[in-house]
Amino acid sequence: MTTPQNAKVQTADHEKVANAAGGDFATFKGAQVSVADRLHQFFHKYPVAAPTIVLLAAIAMFSSIIGGRFLDPFNLSLILQQVTIIGVLGIAQTLIILTAGIDLSVGAVMVLTSVIMGRMAVEVGLPSGAALCIGLIAGGITGWINGLLVTRFRLPPFIVTLGTWNIFFALNLWYSQSETIRSQEIDAVAPLLHWTGTAIDIFGARLTYGSLLMLGLFVVIWYALKWTAWGKHVYATGDDPDSAKLAGIRTDRVLMSVYVVAGVLCAIAAWVLIGRIGSVSPQAGMMANLDSITAVVIGGTSLFGGRGSIFGTLMGALVVGVFRNGLALAGVDVLWQEFTVGALIIVAVGVDQWIRKV
Amino acid sequence: MTTDKRIVFQARGLVKRYGHVTAIDHTDFDLYAGEVLAIIGDNGAGKSSLIKALSGALVPDEGEITLDGKPIHFKSPMDARALGIETVYQNLAVSPSLDIADNMFLGRERRRPGILGSVFRMLDKKGMHDEAKAKLAELGLLTIQNINQAVETLSGGQRQGVAVARAAAFARHVVIMDEPTAALGVKESRRVLNLINDVRAKGLPVILISHNMPHVFEVADRIHIHRLGKRIAIVKPDTHTMSEAVAIMTGALNPEDHPAGAYAA
Repeated sequence: MTTPQNAKVQTADHEKVANAAGGDFATFKGAQVSVADRLHQFFHKYPVAAPTIVLLAAIAMFSSIIGGRFLDPFNLSLILQQVTIIGVLGIAQTLIILTAGIDLSVGAVMVLTSVIMGRMAVEVGLPSGAALCIGLIAGGITGWINGLLVTRFRLPPFIVTLGTWNIFFALNLWYSQSETIRSQEIDAVAPLLHWTGTAIDIFGARLTYGSLLMLGLFVVIWYALKWTAWGKHVYATGDDPDSAKLAGIRTDRVLMSVYVVAGVLCAIAAWVLIGRIGSVSPQAGMMANLDSITAVVIGGTSLFGGRGSIFGTLMGALVVGVFRNGLALAGVDVLWQEFTVGALIIVAVGVDQWIRKV
Repeated sequence: MTTDKRIVFQARGLVKRYGHVTAIDHTDFDLYAGEVLAIIGDNGAGKSSLIKALSGALVPDEGEITLDGKPIHFKSPMDARALGIETVYQNLAVSPSLDIADNMFLGRERRRPGILGSVFRMLDKKGMHDEAKAKLAELGLLTIQNINQAVETLSGGQRQGVAVARAAAFARHVVIMDEPTAALGVKESRRVLNLINDVRAKGLPVILISHNMPHVFEVADRIHIHRLGKRIAIVKPDTHTMSEAVAIMTGALNPEDHPAGAYAA
């Protein structure tokens, strides 16, 4: 054993050596950085930057290949219409993924709530506003069920929503009796359900209220994530739930709120869906689950949670929309559109891995 | 040391059992105003359980805890925080992707005054940033431009600095630090030890849990030695040697048989 005197001398000695080496501790100063480092820092700080650059590059590419037909205001507004449903679902999906979860049930919830809205208005004969509200509440309840299974029973979100995807879809087939409600029937009794498909013409572009609603929702959720304590808690919960708990955040309540909000957003997507296709079909929106995840991933939100931005998802949805539209206008076979989207996903995740490194 | 003899934080006869294991066995605990009290003990001695009981992370089966003479019953770490007891956890409890100010105010964000705050729940970002800056500056941890930096871009010692600054900024009664130097290099440890002294200089008592004897003997006013679930001795750095403290901690010495200074060279 060493005597305390010796120990003290040793302490002083080894620290003197370390101090003599110079350098700073905890001065929060940025070291000298290379261009690549700067770029990395930039993308790290602004996750929306990468998908925005990809979007601008895609627009530039298709403009030069196809030219006027692509840049026509009508065509550009068509792209916006085409991404509206996925955009709204993507907002819901972004919130879930920011908490390090995933929601495979968004598409099923959208179809189920669209059927509820349609039948409440057409079959039950409720005023269309009431039918819409019941649909929104039903969406909230589906989210509450997902949230309860995730927080109370500690089941992984992937498994929970894989299960509820099937359950909600089965309920949808049962409740709809696999029958489509025709567009004319809805027009006759519940024109409000078609409001999202109504368009206004500006300079040759056809903007639907659904698209404007989507943009409005992006702004609202952006504000909630960026400017409220709830938003900070969503990021902290996804980033490191144990730390968040110790810092005083009730992570289960945060998760619950996120799932409920996501459910309501899916019901809003159902409203947009009815406006876009006119009828209410229990078979609509089959691919919406995976498309919403695609938009989030291409939008630069990390599947590991705690990192990403809501407008990234808008950019991600638009990137997919622009590629599909541009390739279609260029006369490329549909299968190559799918191929391109697949490649984009892999590149996006690869870029995310690089950006996530500190 | 300017330690007065007022007891701030006290526990009597604390017990915590997990099945057949008794993690805390009728232990006492005293913290005086303005002192740095180190808690040392072997692995499994029950230090962590004691600290959890004092920071609200576990509810003891028996015994009572008083803060400024008033009995308190923590049900969660939130209760302890509400009473001005802040803990710097070993894992720091910071969110890497959030920035420094966000982390300092995590779980107690401030909103803007007026309708922006009450209806739109808008955060007072500027106010929080300014205060975070001031708190860090107070502890000598800052060059001003980078308060918006994400915590993940900081070094281990810098993160520790943020966690300590957060605790020091919000503690009104006690700061608890669990192994604050365990993951740090020599220079970073030095800086954290200075931070502990700074916190004491602000008049806040500090409970320091550490395995590092030189650090404990350097900053602690008193040392609480924990063994087999209870406090078996309190020693002072100027009356006992490190060897004696370690011997008591491991059971090689019976503290009653070896009064202060017996083994001093």
